[in-house]
Amino acid sequence: MKTLLFAAGATVATLLLAACASGPRLSEAEYRQMAIDTIKRDFQAKGQAKHERVTQDEVQQACNSYLNNPPNELMVKLTSAQLAAVKLPADGKYLGDWKEGEKIAQSGRGFTWSDKADEPAGGNCYNCHQIGPQETSFGTIGPSLLAYGKTRGNSPEIQKYTYSKIFNAKAFNLCSEMPRFGHAGALNEQQIKHLVALLLDPASPVNK
Amino acid sequence: MNIASSGLRLLSCTAALALSLSAAAQAKDPNAEFEKFRAEMEESNPAELFEIKGEELWKARRGPKNVSLAESCDLGQGMGKVEAAYVKMPRYFADADAVMDAERRIVWCMVEKQGFKFDDIAKKPFQGGNDNNAPEITNLVTYVASGSRNMKFDIPLGDPKVRDAFETGKATAAYRAGPYDFSCNTCHGVDGKRIRMQNLPNLATPEGAIKGVQGWPGYRMTGGVMLTSQWRMNDCFRQQRFPEPKYASQAVTNLLTYMSGNSNGQIYKGPGIKR
Ligand code: HEC
Ligand code: HEC
Repeated sequence: MKTLLFAAGATVATLLLAACASGPRLSEAEYRQMAIDTIKRDFQAKGQAKHERVTQDEVQQACNSYLNNPPNELMVKLTSAQLAAVKLPADGKYLGDWKEGEKIAQSGRGFTWSDKADEPAGGNCYNCHQIGPQETSFGTIGPSLLAYGKTRGNSPEIQKYTYSKIFNAKAFNLCSEMPRFGHAGALNEQQIKHLVALLLDPASPVNK
Repeated sequence: MNIASSGLRLLSCTAALALSLSAAAQAKDPNAEFEKFRAEMEESNPAELFEIKGEELWKARRGPKNVSLAESCDLGQGMGKVEAAYVKMPRYFADADAVMDAERRIVWCMVEKQGFKFDDIAKKPFQGGNDNNAPEITNLVTYVASGSRNMKFDIPLGDPKVRDAFETGKATAAYRAGPYDFSCNTCHGVDGKRIRMQNLPNLATPEGAIKGVQGWPGYRMTGGVMLTSQWRMNDCFRQQRFPEPKYASQAVTNLLTYMSGNSNGQIYKGPGIKR
């Protein structure tokens, strides 16, 4: 009896889903094109946010066109190109001052039309990540980075990876939701070094 | 299949999905304190002041043509009728040949019927932190929204033009661009995420979508200002590091169609209070 009822319920659910699916008139790709055309027409520059920002670059286009899951070949090609363009520090040193790193991680300013273009941007890191144990107001869009260095060690490879990841998250994960801070010119070499120290320095509260 | 029956079918299907999904476990709410406070505040809802001002504006003969909106503006429910209009917009308006959300429609009426200039309204459409008063358009939207208090969202998704706006809105929410590669979905695309301590509704689900439209227009305790859904879209595009969406434009209507459409079958509680 139970099974029968369940089966009946499942049929109703399938019918409902079929009804839901019968809506759209055009394909996903066509609606995406309509969205892009509408956005191009309906947005205007404000402050530092110029109109050109609504135009997608290569990586954004690949992620938009394939709903963040581009075919493997394209993914590999673009990811390698992003990695090749990561600018590593000329002096070969990756670790800055973790205290400065904490300040940068806390700051959410930069790049909005209400931010002044000539002031340095922050990292927005706490908006998306748990980092230091003392900060309880943190976002959860990205994984927790608490004890990041403790679990990974502080080897040159890890330092280089961490620097490169902050410089360009898409060099490792093409459609990551994390911004490409170095690539976008949001954070400079020194700022990224401070952030690497925040995550990897054994003296940083992150690793205590 | 006629439009009305397909609309009904869609309505019942979103309602059924909403029911089945509302049982799903919710992440622990770190904003419970605010919710408690908001519930207490709503006993003497500050939004009501704006509704009253909006009602006066709706009924007054104004503008170069000296007509009232009550006698000239059709929100889809008959001339001048505000009852149940808000929960049924965005909808398609043949006279404007466009799908319009409530704010866009009222602006259209102010321009076409009363003779106001669009640019004058668009110059400062949202209340800023230093402004003592909300713009007239905000009061009007708040009044119109109050006419749908405790009614179910019923966006006519069976109408192909509304459906197009919905699907285009969905694609807009997924569109990544700008210096940080953000889309709406970066912040609102999955369940249970936060920016700092602020919960981010997943706009693709019925429970998330209703959170996105519930309480708007809302009296915002941060700054003590009255703001509409149009403002919310504007400020999220700012956070997204995009340029600014033009006021009352199709791009914004599309997003509101997506969110309101995903809320179909759920109850709108009327203008409220926001953090
Ligand atoms: C918009 C949200 C967002 C912001 C802002 C953000 N991140 Fe991320 N971050 C993510 C997401 C999502 C991931 C996981 C996906 C991935 O690996 O790309 C991630 C991954 C990482 C990783 C890799 C973790 C690992 O286990 O390999 C590091 C390191 C990192 N972020 C550091 C930072 C730092 C430092 C900042 C500030 C400069 C920052 N993030 C800002 C979302 C964000
Ligand atoms: C960088 C992150 C970010 C992006 C991108 C973003 N938002 Fe938001 N959104 C937020 C935050 C933070 C809030 C405030 C939540 C609060 O106050 O509780 C918010 C609030 C909202 C709300 C109101 C929720 C409520 O409780 O009333 C809606 C609706 C919304 N966003 C829709 C959108 C749409 C549509 C887009 C794309 C145009 C978008 N957001 C892009 C971060 C973002």
